[in-house]
Amino acid sequence: MPSTYRWKFRKILSLLLLLPASALMAQNTPIISGGVGFLNSTNAGENSFQLVLAPVVAIPLGRHFLVESRFDFREFYNRQNGTSGPYEGTFFKSTQYLQLDYIASPKLTFTAGRFLTPFGTYNERLSAIWIQNLQDSPLIFPIGTRTTGSSDGVMVRGSLLSQPKVQISYAGYFSVSSDVDQFQSARSAGDRISVYFPTRRVEIGTSYARFLQGTRNNSLGAHFWWQPWNSPLQVRSEYAHGEHAQGYWLEASYRLSQWRGADSIVGRIEPLFRMQQVFRNSPGPGDGLPSADTKQADFGFDYHMPHEVRLNTSYSRKFSANGNANIWNMSLTYRFLFPAWRGHQ
Amino acid sequence: MTITRKAFLGSWLALLSVGSAFAQGKPASSIQASRIAKQPTSSAQSAAATAAQNPGERKFQANCNRCHNAPEQLSPRIAGTVVRHMRVRASLSAEDERDILRYLAP
Repeated sequence: MPSTYRWKFRKILSLLLLLPASALMAQNTPIISGGVGFLNSTNAGENSFQLVLAPVVAIPLGRHFLVESRFDFREFYNRQNGTSGPYEGTFFKSTQYLQLDYIASPKLTFTAGRFLTPFGTYNERLSAIWIQNLQDSPLIFPIGTRTTGSSDGVMVRGSLLSQPKVQISYAGYFSVSSDVDQFQSARSAGDRISVYFPTRRVEIGTSYARFLQGTRNNSLGAHFWWQPWNSPLQVRSEYAHGEHAQGYWLEASYRLSQWRGADSIVGRIEPLFRMQQVFRNSPGPGDGLPSADTKQADFGFDYHMPHEVRLNTSYSRKFSANGNANIWNMSLTYRFLFPAWRGHQ
Repeated sequence: MTITRKAFLGSWLALLSVGSAFAQGKPASSIQASRIAKQPTSSAQSAAATAAQNPGERKFQANCNRCHNAPEQLSPRIAGTVVRHMRVRASLSAEDERDILRYLAP
């Protein structure tokens, strides 16, 4: 072997050896995180139970790479005939994201693989079972995310500006069409821009997605978050407009942490309310949205227990041209986080 | 609506009322210290106070804490991985990542 090739070979070999070695360095041990949960729901008299395991794995490789993934395994039990008959279980599994990130510069990260579609805020930030305040995702969730919420392809994202008074972040992606089991996605492209004012804790942003297979169409979204510094009030909202429907959700929560602190018995309580509406423009079979104009009010009551355990309960009243319904939800979740192996101190 | 549902709703409303009454019944000065209760009352004071805080803590509260609480226990061995994971997910800058890591694993 010529000396130049030998030198290159040694360099590549040492890089390959250094990548996992660096993961063993202090603070960079791979993690296994995620949540487990027991979910109960009664929707229009139909009762169901779910046992959920949603593990997250993050493995840093060197200084610039990160492999991260989230999976969802759930056993769904419901009655054979809806409201009567014996309970039967169905097992579901899904890969929500499995991606390789390359942190190219302080303001730019490249992502390749399967990732959560960056449309609006709910999908990326609030969909994890140990984070969500209400068990059911918003009615407009499928707009811009194409029902699964995941895309296969490439994405660029990062922080365009990070100043004490204003932060601007962005994400842009291209996704390919895929029918592979666990990796279904649609050919689409889109972006999201957010402007955040840290001193006010106010964020506004817009999202755009273009569906590029079959009948091409656009989805547009906007979001507004406000979480004042001097209060545990949280206000989150989104609006989305799709080809066949549009709608919004507005959620307000107030953790009673001003009474004896966030760790007191009362301080762990978080009442919340979400109002949401969907307006149907035209039939859109299979788009995951309600088939008729729908209005829904959700009243939630969450309890943040010690040791990362959380109890979420809610009552929702749905008003729809297809029939009104009561929805009762209860979920108990536990969030875990530990090193994948012992590593070095 | 079944009796169970009525009982659930009744308990829920009762707990909500009691909680709200406790939260509002005490004057601000007598409320015991908590991370959130310590926050100042005006946005000008807020800006000044937050600037005086540890920059990592301020950035944690301004960014991460908007979606989730801090983990109750965080091993220093995994702090770097956790923060890098969140840097990508939350589109944090490199400086924010450094400051938050310093705050979580000093």
